[in-house]
Formats: sequence, C-alpha cells, structure tokens
Amino acid sequence: MTSVAENATGRAPVDEARREDGAAGAGLAFRLERAGLGYGRDAVLRDVELEVAPGEVLVVVGASGSGKSTLLRALAGLLPPREGRILAGGREVTGPSADRAMVFQDDGLLPWRSVRRNVELPLRIRGVPRGERGRAAQEWIEKVGLAGFARHLPRELSGGMRQRVQLARALVGAPRAVLMDEPFGALDAQTRAEMQRLLLEVLRETSATVVFVTHDVEEALLLADRVAVLGRTGVRAVLDVPPGDDARTNLRERILEEL
Amino acid sequence: MAGPRTAPHSPSPGPGVDPATPSENAPAANPGTTGAGSENAAGSTGPAADAAAVPVSGGSGDPDASRSTAGGPGASRAAAGGRAALRWGIRAASLLAAAGLWQVLTAADARLWLRFDRLPTLGEIAERFGAQLTTSLYYLDLLQSLIRILTGFGLAAVAGITTGILVARSRRAGDVLLPLLEAVRPIPAIALVPIAILLFPTDEQGIVFITFTAAFFPVTVSTRHAVRALPTIWEEAVRTLGGTRRHVLWNVVLPGILPGVFGGLSVGMGVAWICVISAEMISGEFGVGYRTWHAYTVVDYPGVIVGMITIGVLGWLTSAAIELIGRRATGWLPRAEGSRR
Repeated sequence: MTSVAENATGRAPVDEARREDGAAGAGLAFRLERAGLGYGRDAVLRDVELEVAPGEVLVVVGASGSGKSTLLRALAGLLPPREGRILAGGREVTGPSADRAMVFQDDGLLPWRSVRRNVELPLRIRGVPRGERGRAAQEWIEKVGLAGFARHLPRELSGGMRQRVQLARALVGAPRAVLMDEPFGALDAQTRAEMQRLLLEVLRETSATVVFVTHDVEEALLLADRVAVLGRTGVRAVLDVPPGDDARTNLRERILEEL
Repeated sequence: MAGPRTAPHSPSPGPGVDPATPSENAPAANPGTTGAGSENAAGSTGPAADAAAVPVSGGSGDPDASRSTAGGPGASRAAAGGRAALRWGIRAASLLAAAGLWQVLTAADARLWLRFDRLPTLGEIAERFGAQLTTSLYYLDLLQSLIRILTGFGLAAVAGITTGILVARSRRAGDVLLPLLEAVRPIPAIALVPIAILLFPTDEQGIVFITFTAAFFPVTVSTRHAVRALPTIWEEAVRTLGGTRRHVLWNVVLPGILPGVFGGLSVGMGVAWICVISAEMISGEFGVGYRTWHAYTVVDYPGVIVGMITIGVLGWLTSAAIELIGRRATGWLPRAEGSRR
C-alpha cells in the first residue's frame, strides 16, 4: 500500500517526508488483527493477534513448521492474509514495499550482480542517481566489513559474507522495518556469533523496527527486546527480555516450556 | 535424391563438433589461469580459484589436472600442458583419420555395397575449393545465406524470448497463445514452404520466414521453461526492495533466464541452418544450399562436397559465436568461472 502511494507521488519528497515524521517514529509499527495465514487451503496460522512496536527488535521463535516464515512473509506483503488484517504503520498491507525490507535465509542475492550492484539495487529501484547510490553502497559495504569485495560475485563469497551483503542491501535504502527470516540459520556457530554482533552494532544506528525469525532460543535472547513464541496454531506468548543473566535464564526456561 | 539430401549433414558433425571444443576453450584458458593466480594472491577464495581452472579444459577427466595447476608447482603445470597437447593431438588425429578413410575409399573407387566410385577424392575437392574461393559467386552465396539466417534467427530470438516470457508470466497471454503455439509447433518448418511461397511476394522473404519459424519454437519453449524454473526468492527479494513488475522483469527475469535461453538459441541456430539450406535447395536463386544442390544437378560432385564443407564451417562458426556470447552473459553461473575476466 505504502509503496504504491510513494511511487505515485515521486521519490525525493518521500524521503523528506519520511525524515520529517522520523521524529515521530521512523520505525514501522505492525499490528495483526485476527489474521489467518496459509497457502492454498491449509491454514498455517489462525487468529494471530500481534503488535510490534516502532523501533523494537521482536524475535519470533518457534519450532520448524510452526509458521514463523509464513508470519514474516505476511508482514512483508508477500503473502496476503486469508482472514483478518495486517497493518503496517496504521495502513493495511496489500503488497511488498521498500519500507519493509527482507533478509532471506540464503540465496537472496541476485547471483549475476556483484556485491556493489546488489547493494545498489534498492537505490536504483528508487531512482537515486548513480554517483549517490555508489557512495551509499560503498559506505554500507564497508560498514558490514566487506571493503575490497565490492566487485565480487555472490558465488565468490562465503555464506557469512553473503549474509553481510544481504544485510547491507536491506539497510542501504533506510527502510522503516527489516524482516529477517532465519538469516544466520545456515551459518556455522562462530560465523553466526560474528553476524549477531554485527547486526546489533548496525541496528544501533538505525531506528527501524526489526522482526527476526529464528528457531534458536539463545539467538532470540541475545537480539530481542521482546520474544514472541509461536506454537502450533498461533502466538503462544509475547515476553519482554529483561536485562541481567538470571532473569534471562528464567525467560529461556519459560520459552522452552511454551515451545 | 535421398543420397545427396542426407549427405550434407554427415560431414558437418565432424568439423562442427570436434574442433569447436578446443578452439573455444583456448582463449578462455589463459584468462582463467591468470585469474586464479591473482585471486589467490588477493587471498580471497581458494575454492573459486580452483574451480576457475575447471571449464578451461572442459572434459570430465580434467578437474584433477587443472586443480594441480592451480596448486602451483611448475612440474604439474607442465604435465597438465602436456595432457592438453595430447588431447589436441587426439582431436586432430580423429579428423585426419576420417579424411584419410575418405581418401582411401574414393581413390580406390571402392564398391562395398556403399559405392564410393563416383565420389570425389580429397585432391579433387581441394582443387574445386581453391577454384571456388577465387570466384565472387562463392562469397555472394555465402553472404546471401548468412543474411538469411541472421535475419530469420535474429527475429526468432527476439520474438521467441518475448513470447516465452509473456506466456510464462501472464496467465491470460498463456491462455491465448499456448494452444496456438502447441498446435503449430509440431509442423516442421520446412513443410511450410508451400505456405511461404503463397504468402510472401518474394522467395527471399519466404526463406527468411521459414528460418524464423524453425528457430522460433526452440527459443520460445526454452525461454518459457527457464522463466518457470526461476527461483521465486529473487523476485521476492526485488519486490521487498520496492521493485515493481517492470523491475522484476529487467532485474530478475531477463538475467535469470539467460542460461536456459542460450540453450534454446543454440538449438534454434542449428535448426535454422537445416531449414535455410533446405529452403534454398527448393526455392533459392543464390545461397550455399542452392549452390550445393545446383552442383549436384550439373554432376559437379566436388562442388557438392565444397558446399557441404562450407555449410559445416558456417554452422560451426555461428553456433560457436552463440556459445561464446552465452558464456560471457552467464559468467555468474557457478560452473562458468573460466570465462570470467
């Protein structure tokens, strides 16, 4: 919805408008009202009620098959809800938008584009002039620690490096929300820890809302402001992540129980 | 009738296929290995550098040899070079053996159920070829055939890719066009000669039409399948970055289908040659096909063989060109590392 309106009104004014209401909250709020989600005839999730506050990091945990990715795809606008409504920033989600960037688990990069051209893509789509988008892309490539790899193709990079590129590509357009679908799920433990650190560091600079899907409870506790636990048919609980190790241990047990 | 008709195709696989492999790979070999070296120096990726050497020598038995090349020691590099030379030798020997057999059979006027006594020897063919090369008519024929095939094939490539994408991406276009396409597709293009003669004011346009029809279907079908085989994740990625259908078309569909499309273009070029030569034999006034058939009717058998060799070489050159463009365009494929600068 938002994307259509933005594209119709032109690009430059939108960026300014966004900065203006940025003070009010650049992060996008999400709200699912009795949403039913699924493919074909099978409902994966029913009666989902969930609110995501602007600027927070909400981690959705759940066993495989619990519909985590389905929920995320619905937020992205890739999967229209079968029942109920999904609101992003107060407006109903009817399709994907540049405001809701997505980071996929793997292979989300266009393999025929170099690192730089992949990162430039969202700016190119938005019609940002060549020089400007080159500078912005370079800045983000350096920020995610890939300086010197701008001309490499995705297949010349390791899995962790490819996810760094995806992160840069998702954030270079300054989206109001970043939706991450088990982005570190395919990485080895050490690389995953590095990526989690990088993500926390990068997120500190943005005010974007983050919805992060994982099956790893430790990862959820590390990254989240709040954790949503997904059961067989819907959201079982939404829990605040408190500071302090003891409280977190308790929370971990609580989450494992809910799962 | 049946003899000369089928004969033109038998020599073409020889010169067409065998030399193609080494000569296409040769230019790729040097950039490939130097690329591997510089990547190693940059400390980027070992596996990529290794794999870079693989397509250089093509065959399935070679990864070992080229991997040891990337490994570095000069001795193994020399060994790999020796093995490459051996393979070149075998390829050349295969061609020479076929030519030698031809010479023995024709010079001896062999009649072993198959009758070689009326076929020209290598010497006669070479003499005729030499004579042909000095006439402007030879080049005129050659040019005429090339113009026909490039026009027909070029139109077929554009129309085929467009139709293939349209049919695969739009349900409505699929409903309208697919029954039509599937009904016309089984008809051999050469069977359209009567229609082409009736439909077009000049023979020239008819021949181009037949060539077009021949190449159109392989390109369309392979494009359609390539579009449908495209992973959805790339499209979803572009859409969540704010991309419209047009962005998806230009940034995902067109680049993503190229590997499949080039398969169709390659097949299409082969079929286009078959049809342009056949059409020329039936209704041309110039062209390599017309000249070859004409040579047969005036009992100029060496001339027939010269025509066949010309067709073989032209066919090989055009498909090699497509192969080369295809490798350049799909350099991002995991297997195509050797072709990258």
